[in-house]
Amino acid sequence: MSTIPLSTIAHARSGDKGNHANVGVIAYTPAGFEFLGRFLTESRMVQYLLPLRPRQVERFEMPGILAYNFLLFDILAGGASRSLRTDSQGKVLSAAVLEMQIPAPPNLDQMLPISGKAKNSHG
Amino acid sequence: MPVIRVGNGAGFWGDNLDAPRVLAERGRLEYLTLEYLAELTLSILAHQRSRNPQAGFISDFLTVLESLTPALAAQPQLKIVTNAGGMAPQTCARQAAAILAGASLGDVAVAAASGDDLFPRLDDLIGGGESFANFDSGLALGDSRSQIASANAYLGAAGIVTALSQGARVIITGRVADASLTVGPAIHEFGWSWTDWDRLAAATVAGHLIECGAQVTGGMFSGWTPGLALENLGYPIAEISDGGQVVITKPAATGGRVSVETVAEQLVYEIGDPAHYLTPDVDADFSHVRLAQVGPDRVEVIGAKGNPAPPRFKVSMAYSDGYMASGTLVICGDQAAAKARACGELILSRLRAAGVNLARTHIECLGTGDTLPGVWDRNDDALEVVLRVSVHDPSRAAVERFVREFSPLVGSGPPGVTGYTGPRPSPYPVFAYWPTTIARERVLPVVEVRKAVDWAGMKVDQSGS
Repeated sequence: MSTIPLSTIAHARSGDKGNHANVGVIAYTPAGFEFLGRFLTESRMVQYLLPLRPRQVERFEMPGILAYNFLLFDILAGGASRSLRTDSQGKVLSAAVLEMQIPAPPNLDQMLPISGKAKNSHG
Repeated sequence: MPVIRVGNGAGFWGDNLDAPRVLAERGRLEYLTLEYLAELTLSILAHQRSRNPQAGFISDFLTVLESLTPALAAQPQLKIVTNAGGMAPQTCARQAAAILAGASLGDVAVAAASGDDLFPRLDDLIGGGESFANFDSGLALGDSRSQIASANAYLGAAGIVTALSQGARVIITGRVADASLTVGPAIHEFGWSWTDWDRLAAATVAGHLIECGAQVTGGMFSGWTPGLALENLGYPIAEISDGGQVVITKPAATGGRVSVETVAEQLVYEIGDPAHYLTPDVDADFSHVRLAQVGPDRVEVIGAKGNPAPPRFKVSMAYSDGYMASGTLVICGDQAAAKARACGELILSRLRAAGVNLARTHIECLGTGDTLPGVWDRNDDALEVVLRVSVHDPSRAAVERFVREFSPLVGSGPPGVTGYTGPRPSPYPVFAYWPTTIARERVLPVVEVRKAVDWAGMKVDQSGS
């Protein structure tokens, strides 16, 4: 099966709130947003981030900017004040989420950013 | 005035110290905001103040203010609103006033806006019925009370508006909600009612977008390319109209970019439920915000809605929780990752053999995927790895013993160990985060406004006792 990284159809940013983190995933096009709605569910996000053991993941819709915001509870191992990790504030979570391999949708060409270049598609 | 231009020249303590001056010189601003206080900054400042009564505010702000005096002199409409006051707004105001007076700006009115510091009356508040339970864990304050190092309510825009109405041009606050640094100027300029929820939400989304400085103008942008010219990156400006229209932009001829994409990324930064972005001023709903590119490096922000402000203010408390330190070594060559991991285990094993059992430890081999172990694809064949070991323990002595275990490994460890030069890492005190709330009627802003020349010689009591 052909997979592509999530970064082909979306961009993202992550940050912290205490011991929780959030990742906002922003589709480039309405077709991409529709695909994310079906594919990038809370359980998919939990599965992908399972090694970091978030207690819970909640997804919120932001249709005006074609985005889904994921709140990742207790994922930061103590947060900025107590985490022993280099990335105590979850700043690189978004980069990792964008590397998620997703099945290449049939209408991929409708999900690319305006410049139209497909990035890193794997056969 | 139909539109005000609010620029934010600092997104955090440690941000670019030239950005405020460039923004003030080129931004054609009515207001320059400077945002310095992360969740835990006040506990660090409280610790500094406990060692030095003249400390407790963001001293970088004085360096920045010095650089801003020409702009303040040349642009009579320019005002500065900052939370650089930290744990000591009056001390900061007094020193800021001295800088202004020394630059022939002695007539400029400087305000200190405080009232956020709950620590001096914590027991009274508890006796009055505030539980200060941790709203993340649900835990009661209980035994942690004795370890509390700082307690600050997030005030809203009210103190800032009061200061502006009394003619202040430089307003120095303690803890306020970051967006309130922008909301205050908008309310003052346009005379909005405190219950004009949709317009307060519009100013709040503007404040949220510019509060992290460069993060909306091309910093941290997942569309990064070398051509973004980040060395010359322009800091952000929010144009806000009386009707609540918001446009995000930056000064012309600066690097970076303001696009729908850069703004969207900052819109989702550090938010929970987008329908309830809670500040002391308003319960803002960002969930249906839309963005439109209305010109080169100009993005309009449409559709923020507001609901009544919450009845309780957020309070950030910090409690003393032992000491931490981390150390690194660089390990190279064949089996670099395996050697690095073995060095990490060796350090902890030697400590245990010496009777030092650290409460919490963490080993990372950076370069193999250990920033997010199990999430990145692993790269265990890397020929160059950074070993990082970090520890947390109640005993400072135990952590001091730990930091001595790195340099010996150059001679007594595996081959290919380097990166041992430079000062030995130091243990630092940990202030752990305790988020809670307080009824808003129990917290009132306190505002003092004086001309710069009149701050000199003022007796300032911020002992916190």
